[in-house]
Amino acid sequence: MTTASPAPELSLRDKPGFSDLQGVTVEHGLNTQDMVVNIGPQHPSTHGVLRLVTTINGEIVKDMEPVIGYLHRSKEKMAEGRSYFQYQPTIDRVEYLSSFYDHYVYVTAIEALADLKVPKRVEYIRMICMELNRITSHLLWFGTFLLDLGATSPFFYAFREREAIFKLFEDITGARMMYNYFRFGGVNADAPPGWLDDVRKVINELPFRFDEYEAIANKNPIVMDRCIGVGVTSYQDLLDYGVTGPSMRACGVAQDMRKTNPYSCYNEVEFDVPTATEGDVYARYKVRMAEMRESIRIVHQLLDNMPGGDSAELRKLEKEHAKVAEEIAAAKKRVTVAKKNEEAPNAADVAKMAEKAPELPFDYRTTGQKVNLMVFKPPAGEAFSMVESPRGMLGCYLVSDGTPKAYRVKWRGASFSNLTILPSMMIGNLYPDLMAIFGSLDIILPEVDR
Amino acid sequence: MLPMAAQTHFHLTGYPVLFVLLIGGIALPFLLMTIAQIVQFKNPTATKYTTYESGMPTFGDAHIQFDVKFYLYALLFILFDIETAFLFPWAVSYEDLGLRGLVIMYLFVDILLLGVIYAWRKGALRWQ
Amino acid sequence: MNPYNLPNWFVWLHAQLGFNVADPGVQVLLVLAWGVTLFTLIAVVAKAAVVFMVLMERKVLAWVTQRKGPNRVGPFGLLQTLADGVKLLFKEDVMTPQQDKFLFTLAPAIFIFPVFVLFAFVPFTDFLFGVALPVGALLVFALSSISVIGMVLAGWASNNKYSLLGGMRSAAQAISYEIPLVLAVLAVVLFAGSMNLLDIVEAQRGPLGPLSWYWFYITPLAFIVFLISSIAEVNRIPFDLPEAESELVSGYNTEYSGMKFAMFFLAEYAALFVMCALTVVFFFGGYNSLLAGVALPWGGTMEATLISTPMIPMDGEMMPLGVWLQQTLHVPNLSWLLDQLEKISWMVLKIYTFIFFAMWLRGTLPRLKPDQLMGFSWKFLIPLSLINLFAVGVQRFWAYPNNSLDTLFNSITTHIPFLIVWAVIVFGGVGVFCMLMSRQLNAKTRKRFAAPSA
Repeated sequence: MTTASPAPELSLRDKPGFSDLQGVTVEHGLNTQDMVVNIGPQHPSTHGVLRLVTTINGEIVKDMEPVIGYLHRSKEKMAEGRSYFQYQPTIDRVEYLSSFYDHYVYVTAIEALADLKVPKRVEYIRMICMELNRITSHLLWFGTFLLDLGATSPFFYAFREREAIFKLFEDITGARMMYNYFRFGGVNADAPPGWLDDVRKVINELPFRFDEYEAIANKNPIVMDRCIGVGVTSYQDLLDYGVTGPSMRACGVAQDMRKTNPYSCYNEVEFDVPTATEGDVYARYKVRMAEMRESIRIVHQLLDNMPGGDSAELRKLEKEHAKVAEEIAAAKKRVTVAKKNEEAPNAADVAKMAEKAPELPFDYRTTGQKVNLMVFKPPAGEAFSMVESPRGMLGCYLVSDGTPKAYRVKWRGASFSNLTILPSMMIGNLYPDLMAIFGSLDIILPEVDR
Repeated sequence: MLPMAAQTHFHLTGYPVLFVLLIGGIALPFLLMTIAQIVQFKNPTATKYTTYESGMPTFGDAHIQFDVKFYLYALLFILFDIETAFLFPWAVSYEDLGLRGLVIMYLFVDILLLGVIYAWRKGALRWQ
Repeated sequence: MNPYNLPNWFVWLHAQLGFNVADPGVQVLLVLAWGVTLFTLIAVVAKAAVVFMVLMERKVLAWVTQRKGPNRVGPFGLLQTLADGVKLLFKEDVMTPQQDKFLFTLAPAIFIFPVFVLFAFVPFTDFLFGVALPVGALLVFALSSISVIGMVLAGWASNNKYSLLGGMRSAAQAISYEIPLVLAVLAVVLFAGSMNLLDIVEAQRGPLGPLSWYWFYITPLAFIVFLISSIAEVNRIPFDLPEAESELVSGYNTEYSGMKFAMFFLAEYAALFVMCALTVVFFFGGYNSLLAGVALPWGGTMEATLISTPMIPMDGEMMPLGVWLQQTLHVPNLSWLLDQLEKISWMVLKIYTFIFFAMWLRGTLPRLKPDQLMGFSWKFLIPLSLINLFAVGVQRFWAYPNNSLDTLFNSITTHIPFLIVWAVIVFGGVGVFCMLMSRQLNAKTRKRFAAPSA
């Protein structure tokens, strides 16, 4: 070995699952040189514009350094230059595969600041959207992960199901990917009539599709050979690097914000947190596949217990209320308009009638309080909101100085922390393992760079 | 009609025509490349004539002493390739050799098989 | 062997034209003329086959992934590949100053040239073949392994890191999968008693039809080993490591564009065609009919049926096809013509069945890692093919010595002990190796569960 640089000191090297192959070339007395291979930013399997400067000797990775920032669009700074509502459409671009989550943390942070009450129906719709979004995100991950392993067909299958869910999103939000649907204290619009049934239809179909996927991949000897025992992490490493999400749960840690710190209405639904103990690529794969099924379970419960039920019924109810309200208004009018020749209704009776008038329950509404979105000014203060996104903990820290523009917005994306652990997992592994490990972490670059 | 009694014409099904085919095989790609050189559109730009490096300016050289991890396999390969070359005449004249040929070849292959097992046990078949 | 064939016919034609074909000078000219004719024929046929295969692959993959596939250029997208080819012809051939210009140009030429020559070896029928050499089987693999040099050269000459890795991987793959491939063919040669591909096909003609072909007649192990290794030899998924796009962008041909890339592309598909043709020749009876030995529901053979059954309306009554051909097309030797047509149909059908199989694999399987790739060959396929060789030796010597299943079935009682020995060797060998493999896998799994966790 002539030009080999000393290997970096890493705790992972000493652990099983990592073969220390540094001494091999010395042993055989061959003069070989390391080669620096540049993977990305324009590379088929970096899922965006990540650059991995990889030093390899033969096919063995000796060093690796992720270079990020190619997709930096100053998303955080943008928030300081525009009103709270104007910033919202740009949030979709922070993490375009599961942007409901970004919207959710943003609006919940504002709701916490302004102390807005949110109707239950809104929370339920938000949860359905988020859980479906988790499925679409995991589906895309499933497709690209197997594409990284070399199988092309699962990619198309996953996209087929993803498109079915996107159709649902399009029905409710008007957009397939860039939703901009959640609002401070509510959602943009109620679900269209029959949407709940559409969702039910789609998610009834999905488990069979997942069975098919697992039939393709789970027991495939090539997939097993490439995934089992590759990219093993330990709990301590995960803690050190701040890794969250399925990668953490694949290490045996049942850390899920939905369970440990139930936000929204997650304490009202029953679900399990899928975990695995092995901490390798295969475990991460299994955890994500199980999570999709859990999401379906959650969505089923939400659909069954939706406050107000389907919006068609709700509209009917609203119409009845409107009729009653009309009658009251007519009566009130008669009180004031009634002149000498007509006996005026008793004003007190009308007031009593108005008091008893049925009103849409708060939980059935799609906006809590009327908020003027354009000149919305939350009181000065700070708020932090956090959810369990498909990639791990996603947080939004928001500081308001009482003006219509945010003083500071800080995103905590899971992808960034998950990416930092990649080099330590890679060193000593084979070059093709890079794709399996990198794919299994499910990193999305816009969330890293923001 | 066709000459029914004719045997296979050796020159036309044997090495001479194979030789012509080989020359044709070598000539064809160069012919194709020449045609392409003539008809292709050239639109040179500076960045087009750089080596692909995943979207970054090229750095380093790929002409290095690369660590081929499989040179032990390569040694074994030579061994086995020679073995198969030996085995083909044996296979053709198997009927004439009879039981003796069978036993002798078994011994030969056995030794090679033992060689593989030895290499395997010694860890030569580990990718390192 | 059939006494007449295409080359002989060429000689006969020239004799009819008044050449003195016995004259050495004329013979040299004949060889040259025939060589050029044959090569032109091959180039046209090979390109037509590749054009069709590329479209077929895209259609099959589209079918597997529930898409439509190319359907814009020409009816059913039939002209799509042609359009792509024309595009590649007019594309600029980019060559950077960092590359080794000579080797960079030489590499695709080396990659493509054996493939075209190999087409000449394939006996499409006993009339339609180019080269019939007594060392055919050996020469075929000697030639096909030259392609690898082209890949390694391309990897090196490109001066690109991905290409280099791809080229090295192709070398690793070639040295691993050639041995099981050749050892599997050795079993075939042992049974056929000849290395001539025509003889091998003829030797598979038996009373049992498809069952007397070598995939079943000798141990099926040889066929399985050959099939896996042949997929690896032509670098198809799951063995497409030299051009693994998820890690090596496009592998050894990353830097190639225009016609040079088209040549790599062409040669890859042509090699797949040749490899599938060889699979058919060695193990699936070549041009032999699938229905041989199978009694048709109406009795008689397919050929006799075609000749005698009235099916063509002529002069107000139904005529047999044979009579019709004789009377309208003046084909003198109808039986022979039908025979040839049937043979070439079977051959093409079988070849495309295997090509479809390779495409199906591509739609289904992920890619191996290089260490697994080589381990699979050296720890599984090579020992398996050696064991198979032992078994085939015994089988050939005792089980059916006269190369005929009739002998076996007529005197089955006398051979029972040897059959038992043979079965024990074959299936015991397979069992032992499956056990070894599963033990390896179990060890891996154990290690996995011993991995650190929270």
